[in-house]
Amino acid sequence: MIEVEHVSKTYGEKVAVEDLSFVVHPGIVTGFLGPNGAGKSTTMRMIAGLDHPTSGRIRVSGTSYRASSAPMGELGMLLEAKSIHTGRSARNHLLALAQTNGIGRRRVEEVIDMVGLGDAAGKRVGGFSLGMGQRLGVASALLGDPKVVVLDEPINGLDPEGVLWIRNLLTGLAAEGRTVFVSSHLMSEMAQTATRLVVVGRGRLIADTTVEEFIARATGNTVTVRTASSVELTRLLLATGVTVTTGTEPDVLYVEGLTAEQIGTTAWHASIPIFELTPQLASLEDAFMKLTHDSVEYRARDLTTAVAA
Amino acid sequence: MTTILAMPATRPVKVTQLRVITSEWTKLRSLRSTVWTLLIGITLMIGIGALITAVNASQYHTFNAANRAAFTAIGSSLAGVTFAQLAFGVLGVLVISGEYSTGMIRSSLTAVPARLPVLWAKLAVFAAVVFTLSLTASFTSFSIGQAILSGHHLSVSLTAPGAVRSVVGAAGYLTLAGMIGVAIGALLRNSAGGISAFVGTFFVIPPLTMLLPDSVSNHLIQYLPSNAGASMYDGATRLTSALSPTAGTAVLAVYTVVLIAAAASRLQRRDA
Repeated sequence: MIEVEHVSKTYGEKVAVEDLSFVVHPGIVTGFLGPNGAGKSTTMRMIAGLDHPTSGRIRVSGTSYRASSAPMGELGMLLEAKSIHTGRSARNHLLALAQTNGIGRRRVEEVIDMVGLGDAAGKRVGGFSLGMGQRLGVASALLGDPKVVVLDEPINGLDPEGVLWIRNLLTGLAAEGRTVFVSSHLMSEMAQTATRLVVVGRGRLIADTTVEEFIARATGNTVTVRTASSVELTRLLLATGVTVTTGTEPDVLYVEGLTAEQIGTTAWHASIPIFELTPQLASLEDAFMKLTHDSVEYRARDLTTAVAA
Repeated sequence: MTTILAMPATRPVKVTQLRVITSEWTKLRSLRSTVWTLLIGITLMIGIGALITAVNASQYHTFNAANRAAFTAIGSSLAGVTFAQLAFGVLGVLVISGEYSTGMIRSSLTAVPARLPVLWAKLAVFAAVVFTLSLTASFTSFSIGQAILSGHHLSVSLTAPGAVRSVVGAAGYLTLAGMIGVAIGALLRNSAGGISAFVGTFFVIPPLTMLLPDSVSNHLIQYLPSNAGASMYDGATRLTSALSPTAGTAVLAVYTVVLIAAAASRLQRRDA
């Protein structure tokens, strides 16, 4: 479990993270979403104890990670790419990390096989592609058989086969009861892998919810209606909290604030024929864009209500 | 995919200082640049020591009184130290600044979040390797140098007063100078800046002090790290008021300890 409590981080004048609180639970994959510069990497660096929060605190399995006596058994971390000395071979890199925690050579060979580095393990890391670097990073995260796995953008630079491998790996790790926390800017990928989502924008929490709720919340309740009597139906539907917009085609209406059932019933009572009645399901991508866009707007006007919402 | 992480439960996963030292030894020996820099250091030490001694031996009969007074058989054979310290000092800086420039430090400090064991282990491994190699090189330099000087009846034996102390002192000096390099690397976290700072301290500032009037410099320059250290290996004979070997060792040790303490404090408190 990872507990982030009222964490803020400022670098000089720049506020990277502001009063961020959330909990990452074991047994499921939790996605960490946010546009670039939202504070994802900063938060992950603070989880690993690399950066100190300006205020607030973070606990990994109930304690501060800096105080852990068996750190690699506690937390496995894939840091942003290029956290590896380029002059060393992959095998020696892993061996040096393993030795700090008393992990043996056999385990080093195991993780090399597990991530599919194979023959490349003896080569210098400087010549690695981004994808191979990511595999090496994942190998180092798994070395200590950790209870908590934190991966920063693990599918960056991976080919489709690698993406599928990461997806299976993440769900497999979670199924074993581990806490899995994965950042990504690819919403579609998170939709397939994550159960819960922590969404940040400009260093603030936007959502801490399940994937389904997140989509539902961002979708609102827009319903697409196709009817010959669009003007008459608009007049009947309009009420407080309901907006009706017309599309490019004159017979298409987009209704917000009513369910498909309510619209259908209203139309039936007025004997208006309906040709199409479709509740719009936003993709995770749309939901994300919508919510993060809102956060930016709220920020300009009123911060507190944006977070409370 | 039933079990992803079948971990053989041989030893408990736990950080100990000894384990971090093992890790730093792996890091040091698995970089080609480290091995090359060490070889260069030893070669400079032995080669330049022999070269300078050969020149001294052949030119001794032309020396004036001041040069004869400054010449010692021990100091001449160990003259390569000045050049070896460049290699070992630069290596000291790179041992830690290389981790910052590549981002490796994030992996290292995630594996050992307590942080300080990493610095202690780096210093211990570096000091042990540099001391062992430079002691070998120092003894070799002394032997070659005395062999060259014996043809001119200028040589001394290892049993001469101060000979063993200087041979060991040369290795001790190179080790402390290298550790200062490590501390500078940890403080500046930058290879170019760290190397410049090291070279500035050991190679640029000492000649600049010659610009000072003697009345001032005679009270100061013996306390510079390089001059204080030179008295450890009979290399400070040109200074008007050189420190004794013991005092020189103590002064250099104080510089080393202060810089390491500053490096430790920065490592512990600042973001990685």
